[in-house]
Amino acid sequence: MEYWIIQCFNGLSFGALLFLLASGLSLIFGVMNIVNVSHGSYFMLGGYIGYTVLDRTGSFILACIVGAAVIALVGVAMHHLFLRKYSTHFPQVLMTMGFALIFRDLALLIWGGDPIYLAAPALLRGSFEIGNLIFPVYRSFVILVAVLVAIALWLFNEKTSLGAQIRATVDDNEMAQGIGINVQFVSSFMFGLGAFLAAFGGVIGAPFLGVYAGIDFDILPLAFVVVIVGGMGSLKGAAVGSILVGMVDTFGKALVPDLSYFTLFLPMAIVLAIKPSGLFGRA
Amino acid sequence: MIAGPKKAFWFLGIAGLLLAAPPIISTYWLSILTLILIFGILAMSLDILMGYTGLPSFGHAAFFGVAAYAVAILSTRYQVGFWGCMISAIFLSTLVAAVFGLLVAHTKGVYFLMITLALSMIVWGLAFRWVDMTSGDNGIAGIPRPDFGETISMWDEATFYYFVLAIYLAVFGLIYLFLSSPFGQSLKGIRESESRMKVLGYNTWLHKYLSYVVAGSFASVSGILWAYYNGFVSPSDLEITASFEAFLMVIMGGPGTLVGPALGAGVIIFLQNFLSAFTERWLMVIGAIYILTIIYLPGGIMGLKFGWLKRRDKE
Repeated sequence: MEYWIIQCFNGLSFGALLFLLASGLSLIFGVMNIVNVSHGSYFMLGGYIGYTVLDRTGSFILACIVGAAVIALVGVAMHHLFLRKYSTHFPQVLMTMGFALIFRDLALLIWGGDPIYLAAPALLRGSFEIGNLIFPVYRSFVILVAVLVAIALWLFNEKTSLGAQIRATVDDNEMAQGIGINVQFVSSFMFGLGAFLAAFGGVIGAPFLGVYAGIDFDILPLAFVVVIVGGMGSLKGAAVGSILVGMVDTFGKALVPDLSYFTLFLPMAIVLAIKPSGLFGRA
Repeated sequence: MIAGPKKAFWFLGIAGLLLAAPPIISTYWLSILTLILIFGILAMSLDILMGYTGLPSFGHAAFFGVAAYAVAILSTRYQVGFWGCMISAIFLSTLVAAVFGLLVAHTKGVYFLMITLALSMIVWGLAFRWVDMTSGDNGIAGIPRPDFGETISMWDEATFYYFVLAIYLAVFGLIYLFLSSPFGQSLKGIRESESRMKVLGYNTWLHKYLSYVVAGSFASVSGILWAYYNGFVSPSDLEITASFEAFLMVIMGGPGTLVGPALGAGVIIFLQNFLSAFTERWLMVIGAIYILTIIYLPGGIMGLKFGWLKRRDKE
């Protein structure tokens, strides 16, 4: 029984990281109708930059802020300098693929091929006990952060004017443009926000996932599965999908390590068979 | 793709050059040319999906990999001969495509792209994690070349080259026939306007499904040859970057031209081997090629406009 609770907890904390990654991916898809293949690279680069900042300054908070902010700028620059110029979606997707390959090689060039683990801040190390169950503090912190981010995103999306513009753009890009919403700005903003969240996830995930050249494409398909299961452009879908994929992945690795990735096939196949547009997606 | 005297002239000319190549070029370049033919088959099979049916797949290396692993496992562990390996590998890849097809055939555009990528990652995960079967990250080494009796040695580069060339030409012919058939024409119809084809009474789902399965089968041929060529398979053969490279071959050559992707494969394989002598930054180069191709060569080498993509986006 204890074993199962701990596995659930691990699954939840991994799901929390996936949420940071997939929420941006999903919203970018909703706004621009493109799949950002370099989204996993943001996660990886965020982790690396966070590592360097932590190494120089010793401040974990600064590592999170700088890592996320730098990558947010990279995301906005990518959108502004390259993607924006194409009126069709397909070249945009392909371009993000080119960037993903360049980012991977850049990371290898700068940080080398060995995996790096960030040290969690002293305050968050160790573990706490409930009954006879032992929970690591850091993973609980990650879950808490993801919940806070989810609430903030939801409030932003539902209660602010920019959030309303984003929802309008997701619903109908052309109509949104027609009623005077600056869709280019919304897209740029979404790209920046998505990159910010992904990189932030990369930094706070680094103490237990590590950072290595290759984590970009290891984690990207998982984020894809989240979005496929949850439905594209839906924040709620990203949340539910992340928890589901986090759980399935963790239990898969614990129960059938040989077939661990294969376990992801199941939720995806079931959802696609029953509701092809994803749990919360609109056809 | 219309058959005409000019096309036939080109085809025979190129086939003639390929036939005459072995005595002229060095064994090093001959092995590169063999590799180009092998990946040419992969690129052409992907073009059935991307160029003709209008379904961009990010997971085509999965079928390539399944076939390569089938050959590796059967020939090293069970000493199965060439025909047994080939038939089982094609069957297995086709089976995987038939199952995956059920999940992807109703989708299109970026949605299709995402699901194919996720599915291929699952296959990669099996290669990587199912250590009992696949030896995991270590890969499987020591795959013997096909054995056709003592007089023909497949270890001879020229002989193996002719062997690959024969299969290449056969595959090219088969794909050509497939695409020129009424079925192939209706695939193009779906690419242009799926809703119109539906109204005309075509079962577009079935067409897309079969196109996916056929593309998977042809990709397996390339995987089989790769396993024999390389003598070694590993999870990196079917990881995401492998699918991306196949994708780039098609985009670079010009989707929907069949010959273009084969040329694209040539350019990419050539660059890969040529540049590896000067730089280790191959990923960066290929990423840059990607971006430059999109900016400066949107229709690929074959020079067609981005028509099929533009039309698809308008829907």
